[in-house]
Amino acid sequence: MKRIDRSEKVNVHFHQAKWNEPIIYELSTPGERGVLVNSPEEEVAKEVKGVDALPEGMKRSTKLNLPEMSQSRVLRHYARLAQQTLGADVNIEIGQGTCTVKYSPKVNDQLANLLREYHPLQDESTVQGILQVYYDTDKYMCEISGMDHFSFQPGGGSQGIMTMASVIRAYFKDKGEDRDEIITTIYSHPSDAAGPAVAGFKIIYLQPDPVTGVPTLEQLKAAAGPKTAGYIVANPEDTGVYNSHVKEFVDYIHSIGGLCAYDQANANGLLGVTRARDAGFDMCFFNLHKTFSTPHGCGGPACGATGVQKDLVKYLPAPLVGFDGKKYYLDYETVSNPCAVGKVREWLGVAPVVLKAYCWIRSLGPNGLYQVAKTAVLNNNYLFKKLMELPEVSAYYEDGNNQRVEQARYSLENLEKETGIGTLDIQRRMMDFGMHYWTSHHPFYLPEPMTLEPTETPSKKDIDEYIETLKYVFKEAHENPEIIKTAPHRSVTHQVDESGMDDIKTWALSWKTYLKKYTE
Amino acid sequence: MKGFANHPYIPNSVPEVQEEMLKEIGMSSLEELHKNVPELLKLKNEMNLPKAFGSEYELRRHVEKLLSKDTDCKKNINFLGAGCWQHYVPAICDEINGKGEFLTAYGGEPYNDEGRFQALFEYESMVAELVDMDVVNVPTMDWAQAAATTVRMAQRITNRSVVLVPEYMDQEKLKAMKNYGESVLKFVKVACDAMGHLDLADLKAKLNSDVAGVYFENPGYLGTIEPNGQKISDLAHEAGALSLVGVDPISLGVLATPPTYGADIVCGDLQPLGIHMNYGGGQSGFMATRDEEKFVMEFPSRLFGIAPTSEPGEYGFGDVAYDRTSFGHHREHGKEYVGTQSALWGITAGVYLATMGPKGMEEVGETIMANAQYAAEKVNEIPGVTANPFGSVFFKEFVVDFNKTGKTVAEINKALLEKGIFGGKDLSKDFPALGQSALYCVTEVHTAEDIQTLVDALKEILN
Amino acid sequence: MKKIGLIINPVAGMGGSVGLKGTDHVVEEALRRGAVPGSEKRAETALRELLPYKDELLICTGAGHMGGELAQRMGFRTEVLPVGTDTGAADAPVDTAVSADLKTPADADILAASAFCFATAGSDTIALGKRLLNEQADLLLFAGGDGTARDIYQAVGTELVCVGIPAGVKIHSPVYAKNPGAAGKLAAMWMSGWIKRYEEKEVLDIDEDAYRSGHINTALYGYLKIPAERALTQNRKAPTPLSDEAAIESIAYEVTDHMEPDVVYLVGAGTTTRGVMKKLGLPNTLIGVDVVENGKVLENDAYGERILSHIRGKRAKLILTVTGGQGFLFGRGNQQLTPEVIRTVGKENLIILATSSKLAELRGNPLLVDTGDDALNEELCGYYRVITGYKEYTVCRVAAG
Repeated sequence: MKRIDRSEKVNVHFHQAKWNEPIIYELSTPGERGVLVNSPEEEVAKEVKGVDALPEGMKRSTKLNLPEMSQSRVLRHYARLAQQTLGADVNIEIGQGTCTVKYSPKVNDQLANLLREYHPLQDESTVQGILQVYYDTDKYMCEISGMDHFSFQPGGGSQGIMTMASVIRAYFKDKGEDRDEIITTIYSHPSDAAGPAVAGFKIIYLQPDPVTGVPTLEQLKAAAGPKTAGYIVANPEDTGVYNSHVKEFVDYIHSIGGLCAYDQANANGLLGVTRARDAGFDMCFFNLHKTFSTPHGCGGPACGATGVQKDLVKYLPAPLVGFDGKKYYLDYETVSNPCAVGKVREWLGVAPVVLKAYCWIRSLGPNGLYQVAKTAVLNNNYLFKKLMELPEVSAYYEDGNNQRVEQARYSLENLEKETGIGTLDIQRRMMDFGMHYWTSHHPFYLPEPMTLEPTETPSKKDIDEYIETLKYVFKEAHENPEIIKTAPHRSVTHQVDESGMDDIKTWALSWKTYLKKYTE
Repeated sequence: MKGFANHPYIPNSVPEVQEEMLKEIGMSSLEELHKNVPELLKLKNEMNLPKAFGSEYELRRHVEKLLSKDTDCKKNINFLGAGCWQHYVPAICDEINGKGEFLTAYGGEPYNDEGRFQALFEYESMVAELVDMDVVNVPTMDWAQAAATTVRMAQRITNRSVVLVPEYMDQEKLKAMKNYGESVLKFVKVACDAMGHLDLADLKAKLNSDVAGVYFENPGYLGTIEPNGQKISDLAHEAGALSLVGVDPISLGVLATPPTYGADIVCGDLQPLGIHMNYGGGQSGFMATRDEEKFVMEFPSRLFGIAPTSEPGEYGFGDVAYDRTSFGHHREHGKEYVGTQSALWGITAGVYLATMGPKGMEEVGETIMANAQYAAEKVNEIPGVTANPFGSVFFKEFVVDFNKTGKTVAEINKALLEKGIFGGKDLSKDFPALGQSALYCVTEVHTAEDIQTLVDALKEILN
Repeated sequence: MKKIGLIINPVAGMGGSVGLKGTDHVVEEALRRGAVPGSEKRAETALRELLPYKDELLICTGAGHMGGELAQRMGFRTEVLPVGTDTGAADAPVDTAVSADLKTPADADILAASAFCFATAGSDTIALGKRLLNEQADLLLFAGGDGTARDIYQAVGTELVCVGIPAGVKIHSPVYAKNPGAAGKLAAMWMSGWIKRYEEKEVLDIDEDAYRSGHINTALYGYLKIPAERALTQNRKAPTPLSDEAAIESIAYEVTDHMEPDVVYLVGAGTTTRGVMKKLGLPNTLIGVDVVENGKVLENDAYGERILSHIRGKRAKLILTVTGGQGFLFGRGNQQLTPEVIRTVGKENLIILATSSKLAELRGNPLLVDTGDDALNEELCGYYRVITGYKEYTVCRVAAG
């Protein structure tokens, strides 16, 4: 047998799994069962009325239309749908900029399964182990950020931001000051505006300076005033550009009586390098499902761990986890301030995610976290250098000073001008090679954007393969643009016709409405 | 070098590779990275964190030992519920949500993440059938957030700012709703009557033209089934308000669905549908409405819809009504966030419903009701103890009144714990008027023997 | 059967090929220099994309080089609409001196070209556009440059959905597709229903005389409705952003929530400011200044002294948006706002509106003012809070342009 030649770095033979799997209702066969359910025991059944006790009109009268399927068919259906999903486990995840999609260690998932049968209201004495995990993870997060206490209640990044905004609101309510404006930047995550807006704040955006990519202090001063409650910002921002003057910004906001909150969703390149509190921030949050490796789960469950400096601890959502020297306990006392946030998510948030983050930190230690940051930044700068050598790729804010941190936003405007093939086309074509990337939030502030964040997970070989694949596709853009325009070809589906998705007459949000609109 | 070399999670921590890459970018050491972070802000010392475990095995031993201090609902007989409930989780549910492709997917497009989109579309479709609605969102964080969003949707639809909620409501959930709605909503409690149902006279008195919606749950927080759903909806509608109903979805194989008694928006928690309790980490909220623009356009969440593709014989998926903000009252539009919430639990709930099928959902409801009634009857036989003091019909939870025993719930639960039993949730703080009462939860996982063990233990403790 | 209106400006682009920076008013010079008409060819490239649908389409167009000849030649079912008799084409500023001047080049092609050039001035475009509006065409496909787009706007306003085939020398207006092929594809996608949404894009033009002498002064002249191309990928990770249409409404709420009694509001040109008038339920001048007080219109499309008469001795505020291509607030498309008007209103009474997508196009570059009064320009410089949504602002620097 001839040995396969592996010198071609581009995976031109890729094809994603495609089972043409029907919609689950189409798999239903009346009478099939997926699982048997235990009936009431005889001694129980003979003593009670069961559902016959229901008041008039309270028994279900409508038919329950669920599929009827054997267990193996249910399993096969979902196993196939799983194969039709390009999770990080099977993909070189370099392209999901801002999302920090890194390797999620399997051992952590397995250990988290130990928590499955814990009830959140169990007596403290029965949960000392998991409470210690909370307590210790809190301490670790404090060391990483310089803050004084963390809450793990927020169920995701957006809720972390909402919690920070709620703490700011609580602080001024307690002080009796009427401040209702939050300043943020265009390149911070849109939730840095949406979270405070839910909390009732007005939003003031700062724009990036066209040369440096970050706002000027002068601009901040123009935006800030007696109504300024807080400054919520990511640094580095989504462009991967770090605002070196961040401390001056924070100091200025403090000088006019406002609070500063750090969106640390982009923290992966900063672990052990610099800390939120050292730049003066009053609070911050980390996405445990990004920086701290817990899997994204198609979009949750997750945790936006939110930490504050000591003066603000009393406003955090209740309860915190405390330790009295002998035992761990749920601390409602510290956060009993009448203006405190109260609650953002039920009980203590998503415990398995906290445990997985704990495991990850313990697997790396201080020099491991530092290595994560340095390698993530090295990978990104290596990728940046290689991509910027390509004529199709450019970047803004290349003033000679802006070394990117852990991610970078590129522009494909040169390619687009020359070939008419834009970033959305390239993005679709990359799927034909089993790769993915993300463009940018809307509206696109930079033309034809592409945001890449390699994290510490890929090897040099992986990064090189990614670069070679992009090059291959760029070449196609010049030579065979049609194949890109009509892509994807080897992904699970072809171009989705979304023309009906904005009109109630044609959109179909469930199988039943689809049948009603299209088959009746 | 300061960094951990050759770490298994960091391929490029191999020093030789690092050197090669540094050379490529014209640097000689890792310290040259982070050029833009001012020296002043750089951390000079190593972080004060425990040193890394020397192996994966050491980590496993450590965590297993740490958690071995704990005990859980599997090792004990559990009667705690109150928003997080112990149900049987079919093995297939864990099998699917443990699949790496689902577990580690995130922001792909409907092409390369087609499976994620289809699975969530199917979840939406099945929950829509379960609650008798047309449209269901990709899951929120938990029921509290779903309820908070439900009332904010009502606020936007009606352009009114007061929400009526029942007196017997999960106080923690109400706190989360208040925090979420503080800037635009006022919450007013409606009294509950001696049966634990919403007091219709008090409801009437509090309904006026400021009320955006009446939020109630069925079964209620204290387990009782609200028989006056239609009357409540009618009163709300007469006042120009919406009827907003929170449900326990596992009850809907046997219980009437909220739309049959007038609900406009339904919400609830998916956790009972094949998701382990996970110390409260299994919560996942949903909302459901009819397929009407006035409702659909107010969802702040993602809604996945089905669509044709450029290839005949193929379905595709995508976000419906992308510009959901072009409708209605713009003041509060786009003012709620979406993002990472709990999609994996949505997929799991879909697996559960497909596995159970209509028959399984009906049977599980029957078994739960029978077991819970049986437990209440048995507990009620204990002198001084009154199970279900409201005397109303309940689904899987009921109040147990210990006032006549001379013991506090805390004392009783402590004693029960020593016997390997987790007693019901102590209600004395949340509802002082109920005195020393606890909320007990009994489901299909409980056997007659479990219940007998509880009764025997209580008898012993109380004598 | 669906109707496509087709308007070709046959002289578009001619100036460019012979070193003129536009063709408006210089057709004869272009011809003299040997320019050959090319817009028909570009229209042909676009129409080729519609050939697969030709059995379902009727092309309504003008005679000869305005589209009739091309459409028929390509085999489309064609209806030629008469233009000229009742349209006032006779009043068109066609340079009758051209034929007299045209002595030197005896080239037959140029003579032929000049023959149809005389017959197709802006007025013909406008007349044909109006006919197509009456005919309720499903789409108006036009080939030309910025000047042509202005004529189309004058004819159909924002009532017909249009696709622009770039054929002119000056293409500053985003109403044009990137190239003729793309225009044809966009038209085909609209006709086949693959695209159902549209957006209003700006008609911009420069002062050609100034441009020929090296200055670019782009100003807003109107808007056309263009099919909104679908992205095919969604990149959803964040809250749904507002569409421009929704953003404009959200901005309008922010403005109207804070309007005060007994203050005279001057509402400037543009679709963003139009949102405010819409919210107030008042008639609006898209490219002009409307004067409003206490929820009532004092005057539509006011200018100069008329504006001053409304605001003298009163508290006045000016609601304005970006009307020029490079972020101009004053001096492009809103010359009604004279230095005196601006001074009378006062810097602190400017209410600047912009959608975030509009600001994104500027990428952090300042908004510009060119009032024609240097001292005033200087005075207006500084930072402003631009309203970009309900309870949402973006801090922008204003500089002299």
